[in-house]
Amino acid sequence: MTVQELPGATAHPAWKLRTDPAPLLPDPEPYRVLGTDAVDGLDSELLLRLYDALVHGRRYNAQATALTKQGRLAVYPSSTGQEACEIAAALALQEQDWLFPSYRDTLAAVARGLDPVEALTLLRGDWHTGYDPREHRIAPLSTPLATQLPHAVGLAHAARLAGDDVVSLAMVGDGGTSEGDFHEALNFAAVWKAPVVFLVQNNGFAISVPLAKQTAAPSLAHKAVGYGMPGRLVDGNDVAAMHVVLADAVSRARSGGGPTLVEAVTYRMEAHTNADDASRYRGDAEVESWRRHDPILLLERELTGRGLLGEERIQSASKAADTMAAALREQMNAEPLLAPMDLFAQVYATPTPQLRSEAEQLRAELDAEDGR
Amino acid sequence: MTTVAAKPATMAQALQRAMRDAMAADPTVHVMGEDVGTLGGVFRVTDGLAKEFGDDRCTDTPLAEAGILGAAVGMAMYGLRPVVEMQFDAFAYPAFEQLISHVSRMRNRTRGALPMPIVVRVPYGGGIGGVEHHSDSSEAYYMATPGLHVVTPSTVADAYGLLREAIASDDPVIFLEPKRLYWSKAEWSPDAPAEVEPIGRAVVRRAGSSATLLTYGPSVPVCLEAADAARDEGWDLEVVDIRSLVPFDDETVCASVRRTGRAVVVHESSGFGGPGGEIAARVTERCFHHLEAPVLRVAGFDIPYPPPMLERHHLPGVDRVLDAVARLQWEATS
Repeated sequence: MTVQELPGATAHPAWKLRTDPAPLLPDPEPYRVLGTDAVDGLDSELLLRLYDALVHGRRYNAQATALTKQGRLAVYPSSTGQEACEIAAALALQEQDWLFPSYRDTLAAVARGLDPVEALTLLRGDWHTGYDPREHRIAPLSTPLATQLPHAVGLAHAARLAGDDVVSLAMVGDGGTSEGDFHEALNFAAVWKAPVVFLVQNNGFAISVPLAKQTAAPSLAHKAVGYGMPGRLVDGNDVAAMHVVLADAVSRARSGGGPTLVEAVTYRMEAHTNADDASRYRGDAEVESWRRHDPILLLERELTGRGLLGEERIQSASKAADTMAAALREQMNAEPLLAPMDLFAQVYATPTPQLRSEAEQLRAELDAEDGR
Repeated sequence: MTTVAAKPATMAQALQRAMRDAMAADPTVHVMGEDVGTLGGVFRVTDGLAKEFGDDRCTDTPLAEAGILGAAVGMAMYGLRPVVEMQFDAFAYPAFEQLISHVSRMRNRTRGALPMPIVVRVPYGGGIGGVEHHSDSSEAYYMATPGLHVVTPSTVADAYGLLREAIASDDPVIFLEPKRLYWSKAEWSPDAPAEVEPIGRAVVRRAGSSATLLTYGPSVPVCLEAADAARDEGWDLEVVDIRSLVPFDDETVCASVRRTGRAVVVHESSGFGGPGGEIAARVTERCFHHLEAPVLRVAGFDIPYPPPMLERHHLPGVDRVLDAVARLQWEATS
């Protein structure tokens, strides 16, 4: 017996779906541009610029990983294999927009123009955030998962209230979509129609836990529908597809259309960090199959086939990346200048009496060290 | 000088007026939370703000505390001054990650580039017959988190003054509102508000010479009543309202204890690992040679907050304070 059939039950009040879910649903297959006719619609200069940025990003990841082996970085969560997502995220934004990266998204911050050494401060360990987020409109790299997503919503909402033309792009991993803050951020963004783009880089694993143990959803992009925003599924290794989808989502947000959830299907080629042993949870065959779907390989094949990319351009991109890597290596080999008294400088706008007395203690300890 | 007639006002009205005046004076002040708009808050503390300033300045949010505080972080990053309501003490727990991982340390993490001028209003404590999760005293959790200010008023005038100052502060302030004092009244004029001591200062609410009661928030009226009752026993008790748990006013507290030589810390939250332990330790470290007896604590029991029909046995009342005062007749041999 249903509720309606209960004796004395009255007809239910009028109820209907608030939104037609059909246009919000993602396509069943990740969107692709490379290898399709859609490439014809793209500017070849843009494609070459994306190529240079991918090569640059790959070398950056390799150099940063090498720096962990030399003890110059405490840790580096590499985005090797995911460069297309990182580059596309950075290039989709205009200068006034804000990027909200997670701890794996150093490359996106660098691609947005942040000084590589400043971007690595957190991972080197000399301070938590090495740059002024307001100056670059890049929020601090967030270590707790998904907690930066509601920040992106709040900032975009505040900007819209002020009448400013600002979009937030917030990055999170597949594991992060299980966190409560992911849910709350998407819900707030949709209810407030905030100009936000959520980019999920689904790289297959949350440290060691595969996607199948993370979610029972058909795709992570499907999650968008429940919040009343469109979900888009993209091949995260196809930089052209990433660029098209993110540019579209950013432009939708900018014009008042509200938030979009983009799931980029990609793969983390390296371990979670240099401290992880990926061989414990995945096999070589899987990694090898993704190597054949490498973002640089895909674009290089496309551009070479179309006669847009020649040996000269390949060499010059490689050379520019070498120069960047050499400069980064040199800068990171310099010992960072540490100022222990900074520990107390910015806990509060005005230090509490308790902190002032602790600062005096440290000052005396430092003076005693100097005296030795 | 014009005198403005003071009329009886409740603490809830003074808090509402503080937000209203702050919003009128500064367009970056935004009030947000569940039910704060049309309803005016379940305690009516935000009554009328949405009507006067619009939904964009006093916003009914989705029901999600982490989302509310997380969005407030982003708003503060963009230059707003969010005043967040957590509705009830135990409802704030989902927001703790935002509070601890971001609100409290964003200034420090960014070397001052991203200050967090956020006020988190938390109606706290028991004594109103609330069911489970409606009566917690969570101040120890907040106190243990560097980067936050933690304040709590006990008078109508202080409610107004402290909240105005909290909203004006460039640092995050946990503003603990003793909910059983929401309807306490005092002669107060919103048009000529009394000058109050700033955040970081304790206030002597009653001068005395034989022992000091160190207390705050909902326990202040309890201690004042105990001080009146103790007069008959020959005890002249001083009552210090701590007001600001972070920063803590060692100076005022220790000046009082040095004068009286004896101290009892009184609060509702559990004693073990509670604020009283910190306060007693600070007093002992600074006033050891002036003390005639150990610093005692009168606190809530170390139990989850009890059901409403039993809460009177848990809450430190006048008798329990007086028992502690009697134990201050301490002798080293005992």
